[in-house]
Amino acid sequence: MNNIRELLLKKLNEQFSSAIESLNNFRDETTIIIKKEYLISVCTFLRDDTELAFDSLRDVTAVDYSGFLQNQPPHDHDISVPEKIQQQLDTRFQIVYNVYSMKNNFRIRLKVKLNEDEKIATVSTVWKSANWYEREVYDMFGITFDGHPDMRRMYLPEEFQFHPLRKEFPLMGIPGSLPLPKH
Amino acid sequence: MRKVHFTEPSERIIQALNDQDTSFTIDDPLEHTMVLNMGPQHPATHGVLRLLVRLDGETVISCIPDLGYLHRGYEKLGENCSYHEFITHTDRLDYLSPLANNVAYTLAVEKLARIEVTKRVQFIRVICAEMARLASHFVFLGTMCMDVGALTILLWSFREREKLQDIMDVLTGVRFTNSFARIGGVANDMSDEVKKMISDYVEQFPEKIYECEKLVLSNRIFIDRCEGVGYISKEDAISMGATGPILRGSGIAHDLRRDHPYLVYNELDFDIPAFNEGDVLARFYVRLNEMKESIKILRQCLEKIPQGNVKPPAPKKVLPDKEKIYSKMEELINDFMLINFGINPPIGEVYNAIEGSKGELGFYIVSDGDGTPWRLKIRSPSFCNLQVMPQMIKGNMISDIVAIIGSVDPVMGEADK
Repeated sequence: MNNIRELLLKKLNEQFSSAIESLNNFRDETTIIIKKEYLISVCTFLRDDTELAFDSLRDVTAVDYSGFLQNQPPHDHDISVPEKIQQQLDTRFQIVYNVYSMKNNFRIRLKVKLNEDEKIATVSTVWKSANWYEREVYDMFGITFDGHPDMRRMYLPEEFQFHPLRKEFPLMGIPGSLPLPKH
Repeated sequence: MRKVHFTEPSERIIQALNDQDTSFTIDDPLEHTMVLNMGPQHPATHGVLRLLVRLDGETVISCIPDLGYLHRGYEKLGENCSYHEFITHTDRLDYLSPLANNVAYTLAVEKLARIEVTKRVQFIRVICAEMARLASHFVFLGTMCMDVGALTILLWSFREREKLQDIMDVLTGVRFTNSFARIGGVANDMSDEVKKMISDYVEQFPEKIYECEKLVLSNRIFIDRCEGVGYISKEDAISMGATGPILRGSGIAHDLRRDHPYLVYNELDFDIPAFNEGDVLARFYVRLNEMKESIKILRQCLEKIPQGNVKPPAPKKVLPDKEKIYSKMEELINDFMLINFGINPPIGEVYNAIEGSKGELGFYIVSDGDGTPWRLKIRSPSFCNLQVMPQMIKGNMISDIVAIIGSVDPVMGEADK
């Protein structure tokens, strides 16, 4: 397992040394934050490299970090982590790609930082499975994926104006935001 | 608040349907195509799945699944529940195998909070997960056969499932939404009575499954309706993110129980059934053989399960026993703190997945050190497997759609979350 991780990091450092923003290992899981503009080339490389062979994209999601670690006292455990994470929180969103290599039985997490008004390139051209996952992110967070073949909402009606998993959306919903059809 | 007005709600979905790639030849094409709505209340759509299909005669040339009729916002709810509170919600995701969902969620939280569970708990959880797999596959067996017109098997498989529910009733106290796993353990220890019940069940199972097998697999109509229908290739299955019996039905013996062993699966001996055909029948066989493997696992668990405690000594993270709360001050305080303020895991993020009955069931949790998760994402296998369905349906006859939906075995509770 560790060999694959080392091989992956070595190859990424060789090919995309300027693309990697930060690396993190927490609970034996590897998280790599990459720069937005390198997303497609890094993903294509991960998929096509015969040794790494990250052929399966298992999930895409986003995290809204607005208000993260604010107004709350630090707890007594793992004091070192907040400082590390705090540096990464200069954008509102982070898109999280859960990529799996069937050949090596190895999973990594790719992350891309994104501001509220920014768009991000779709990886559905690299892995077909990204199609629905990205639609779900679009529906729940309002993040648009550039070049996506079918950018429609996943769960909610097209007319719904809000994105429920954004932190400002109240848990009980917004009254009157979704009227029933008249007939 | 500005009112939203409904314009043409189906315009974009019809556009998406028309935009789909339809590059294959039909023997006897018609001049016109027709758009047909299947569901959301069609009896064969397993709940509230709606399919938009474009037909040329009786051949489906493109298809779009439309979700959202059940959307309950579980991920938003997860961000506002404490880690303990959310266990009951996981039951409602894949409601055909709630025990497996509990186990998947608690394993993710334990990974985040770094809680080690005892060996006995690990065995009990494996027993729970395998019983959940059996219960879920029995529903598949019944409904899939019913979809292609064999009704008797539905009654038989539900009879067998009821026996499992009886065991779960004695084990967990609840028949359906069990909420049995706890962070750091399970709600109650497994009694000898339950052990005896499982052992009796395991003994009578081969004969019962053989009856079911004999009934459907010797039936020419059943085989003809399943063989070669709903084909999905190995490459497409991987690329489109399919997991579980769909991936294994396409010839890839990928199973997280073996590839990423969790609990005590690496101490148990079992096979991963896989078939190369990639059609409805292959997926049927995969599940049928998986049930037999689950019985094998249950049998080994009953032999190997050790005696011991079902809760680790971690009072700041694990709920104390109920009887101790009523008699001891320390336990009362711990219970109060855990219920009111939560377990407060360290800041960080984890993803943990198990092999659920339908595929990879994973929970991604981002923690800000508070009592509730900052973000809780559920990687539900039904949602991901449904994405493969248009590829399977395309080029088949309209009557095959029900068999294909049956073979995907979606549970809309977790697809719509």
